[in-house]
Order: sequence, then structure tokens, then C-alpha cells
Amino acid sequence: MSDRITSEAVAKVAKLARLSLSDDELQQATHQLSDMLDHFADIDALDLESVEPMTHPMDIANVMRDDVVLDVLDREEVLDAAPVAEDGRFRVPPILGLDD
Amino acid sequence: MSEKAADTEVWTSNGYELVVGLEVHVELLTRTKLFSGSPNHFGDDPNTNIDPVSLGLPGALPVLNRQAVELAMRLGLALNCTIQRSTFARKNYFYPDMPKAYQISQYDEPISVDGWLDLPSGFRVGIERGHLEEDTGKSTHMGGAGGRIHGSDYSLIDFNRAGVPLVEIVSRPDIRTPEQAKAYVSELRAILIAVGASDAKMEEGSMRVDANVSVRLPGAELGTRCEVKNVNSIRSVGRAIEYEAQRQVGMLEAGESIRQETRHWDENDGRTHTLRSKEDADDYRYFQEPDLVVVDPDVGWIETVRSSLPVLPAARRQLLAELTGQTTDAEAVLVVTERGQDEYVLSVAQAGGDAARALVHVKEAFAEQGDDPSIPAADLAKLTSLEIDGALTATQAKQVLAEIVAGNGGDAAAIAASKGFEAMDDSELQSMIDGAISAQADAWAKFCAGDGKAMGALVGAVMKASRGQADGKAVTAILNERRQNT
Repeated sequence: MSDRITSEAVAKVAKLARLSLSDDELQQATHQLSDMLDHFADIDALDLESVEPMTHPMDIANVMRDDVVLDVLDREEVLDAAPVAEDGRFRVPPILGLDD
Repeated sequence: MSEKAADTEVWTSNGYELVVGLEVHVELLTRTKLFSGSPNHFGDDPNTNIDPVSLGLPGALPVLNRQAVELAMRLGLALNCTIQRSTFARKNYFYPDMPKAYQISQYDEPISVDGWLDLPSGFRVGIERGHLEEDTGKSTHMGGAGGRIHGSDYSLIDFNRAGVPLVEIVSRPDIRTPEQAKAYVSELRAILIAVGASDAKMEEGSMRVDANVSVRLPGAELGTRCEVKNVNSIRSVGRAIEYEAQRQVGMLEAGESIRQETRHWDENDGRTHTLRSKEDADDYRYFQEPDLVVVDPDVGWIETVRSSLPVLPAARRQLLAELTGQTTDAEAVLVVTERGQDEYVLSVAQAGGDAARALVHVKEAFAEQGDDPSIPAADLAKLTSLEIDGALTATQAKQVLAEIVAGNGGDAAAIAASKGFEAMDDSELQSMIDGAISAQADAWAKFCAGDGKAMGALVGAVMKASRGQADGKAVTAILNERRQNT
């Protein structure tokens, strides 16, 4: 295995994704991500000057709908499915900053 | 345009200069959301305009609203941007007002790039990009102190706004004074309304301004910037930038360094406060949105949109300024164009009226009239003609105008006659001036000795004698003429 990514970087990505990894899982994810980055390094090594970047596997553009109002969901039905609702709205625990 | 000089000014403090770039989010005036068919409508009951896509329910798929793309193109073209092939990306972060845990936003390939916006003064601000994205839901923080996030007990979420189409317009860091920033926001707002892209109501949040503020010594590299959020009026744009710039100068002078962060403008205490340290773009782990394909408007579509654009505020001001002999950033030109009454002034001129007088009257008396005044242009034209002919003084014209406005029109000559406003004949005026000169002999002597201020007492005496009916301009002219002949 190569070490294209550090376990610290993987831990940071895990935190951003709100994933809680055990030490073993962190090691495993680090190995797997390094292998993927190896693969991208292989692609990087190719001469792809003449190849257009692919932004989507479907080679189509401009799939759009008209600006027409469609049915909405029933609020009471939706809020019944929420853990807690109040005053026609979803009630959530106090929001902490993105840093917290 | 002599007033242009004001805009070459740079805000400085202790030798530091100000550098500002603005990011403005505007909600587009579509019927439905960017990726789904529930209504885009402000002020409805919470969570009544919701559907599986705006709630981020599993399996729900976005479908792009054509009208949102078209309005983004209108705005981009009005800002002199190039419309290009664009894609959507996922901006990943966790926040309760965004149930998918990502915002769909244009990232490295926005629809509009490389434009500019000219301020009324002629100062040009570069536009880096304008990109489409979806709005988030609205959080209300309950408990704690004054509805702020910090210290609140819990939050309530309304998803009516989730998925409403936005364009974020990013300026280049070309702005150098708080006044320019205010003029930029004001002009952008006028353009948004003119092209029908947004109602641009800052008080309702359909236009939201974030200011990237930094300071530097002249000629130095750009300083570390802070992003100031929650700037909810044009007035607070100026105040927030001014405060933040002074804060940064104070820190640098004290030998401290500026930390790149997002700050919150508090209208009540007039300060900015740390909200959070700035995230790296990498932290959002952007990647191509696999559920949407590229948007690639062909030349035909772009040109159709371009040709449907109305005459923009800058061109309208230019026309009005030329017609009335004003500068494009004269207050009357700005105010009347903003009210959409510039065309009315043009029609008064076409009806044989005096454009410059009409501009003054419309600015002063038409504040309640909207963009299609109910008073026939010919009526105002007649009033201005009577003024130009000297049949009515400025004071009298104002009174006649008030009646015309109150009556939704009216014949200026008939109203003037009914008020007993008749042009004073010359001999009557001359004898009143004789009277004024003998009553105010001191003032007359001073005036003859070259003291221009002394004229006020003489004109005042004539006005008093004529009970305000004398034409101030005529009195001034006669006084000057008599002084020359003494």
C-alpha cells in the first residue's frame, strides 16, 4: 500500500461527514482511499490532452421543466413523520456552529 | 460629468485603504422552485410549499426549472456577462435547514462570467460570476437571547424557502468606499427589477448582501478579508463596511493580525461579531451533481433573451440627463429614474413642455404617483411653458402643480387665473423695487459696493410687498441691471 493520504486527513473527512470511525475503521479507510488515489495517479499519468472532461455519463444537455406549480405535500402528514414538530414547523435541537 | 471626481476617492484610515467585494444573493421571480414544482412564494404559512425534493426525501430527484435559467441569463446579460455552458455541484454540509445535507449550487462552471456594472457616477465594478443555486429553509431560533443561534434552546424549521431559485452575483474586489458599495447594491437592485429577475426586497430577504472587507497599505497585496453577513438594508451596507474596516485597521495598528472569518453585522449595536471561522472550500467536498445534466444554452436562446431585455436604468438615466441638462448621478435624475417616471418626463417634453422644469416637478410632487403617473403629460407641459414664459413664478408654479396633482390633471392657466396669479407688469415690479431700495438703503449701498449677500434683503422686501407674487428671477435680474447702471 502507498501512503497518498494520512490517517489525519481521513479523520478530518470523516468528521466533516459526521462519521464516527474506530481506530481499525480509520486504518481500513485510509488504506482504501490510498488505493483509490493510486488509481487516479495512474489516470493522471496518461496523456489525455485531447479528451474532453466528462461531467456526466449521459451525453445530453438542457433537461428542464416548465415553471408550472404542481401539488404540494400535506403539512400535517409530513409533520406527523417528524420526531418533533411545533407551530407548523420542524423542531430541532439547538444548532451549534459548524465548528462545534 | 463633473461629479465623477467623487468616485476616484478611496476610503482611508491611518494610511490603510479599503478593499471590498460584494456577494449578493437574489431570489428569482419564478412561480416554482429551482428543482421542483411547489410554489416559490414569500409569506405563506410555514411548510405549506413543500414537496419531496425540497424536503430531501429519499429517492426524490431534481428537475431544473427553465424559467429560473432564463432569468439567470437575463440578469447575466444585463450585467454584461458571458453566458456559458454550466453544471451543478453538491456543496456538502450539515445544517437542519438543508435536509439533503448538501446544497445544489453551480461551482466551477457558473452560467454567467466576466461582466461589469457601471455605477451612476461612471465608476465600473467588475462582475466575476453569477451562479444558480437553491435557497435553504428558514430557521427560527427559540429561547435564549433575542433569537440568536448562540444560547438558543431549540430551533424551528420552515422549508417553504428550501429550493427557491437564487442567483449569487459575485463582484470583483473593485470597491474602495462604503458609498460605492451602497451605490453598487442600489444599482444592482434597479437592474434586477428592470429585467424582472427578482423583486429584490432586502427587507424580505429576496436580496441579501454579504461584504468581503479587507484593508491594506496602498500598493500592498490584498489583506486578509472578513465576510460580513446579515447586512439587510442599503444603509447598513455602508455602516457595516465602515465599522468592519475601522475594526481591522485598529487591530493592525495594535500589531495584531486579521483572522479570516465570517462575521455577523448587528444593526442594534452597530458592530460586527465573530460568527465562525471561515471554512475552506475543500471542506464542502464539492462534486458534480449526478442527478442533473449540463445546461448549455445555444446562441439562439441567448440572443432571444438578450433582445428581450428592457432599456436598463443606466441608459435611461443617460437619456434623462441629456434631455434635462443634468449629470447622470444628479439626485433628481436618480430619484425619477428609480421611480420609473423618466419616461413620463420624456413625454412631457414631447408634449411641448420644458424637460428640466418637468424633472424638478416630477421629483418634488410625484412621489406617490408610481411609474405611470395619472396626470396627463400635456397638463404638466403647459405648466412648465407658463413658467418659462415668465407668466408664473417658481412659487406660483408649485401651488398650481399641487392643484393639478390633487385633481389628477387640470389646466395650469385656468388654475393660475383662479388663484389670481397674473404676471406682474413691468412698471408695477419696477415701482416695488424702487420702494425696496429706499426702504433698505443700507442693503442697497452694500449691494452696490459688491456685497452679493445684501441682495437677499432687497429681494425679500419686494417679495413682501408683492405678497410672494413677484418672480424672484426677474427681481434679481432687475437689481443687477440697476446696479450696473449706477
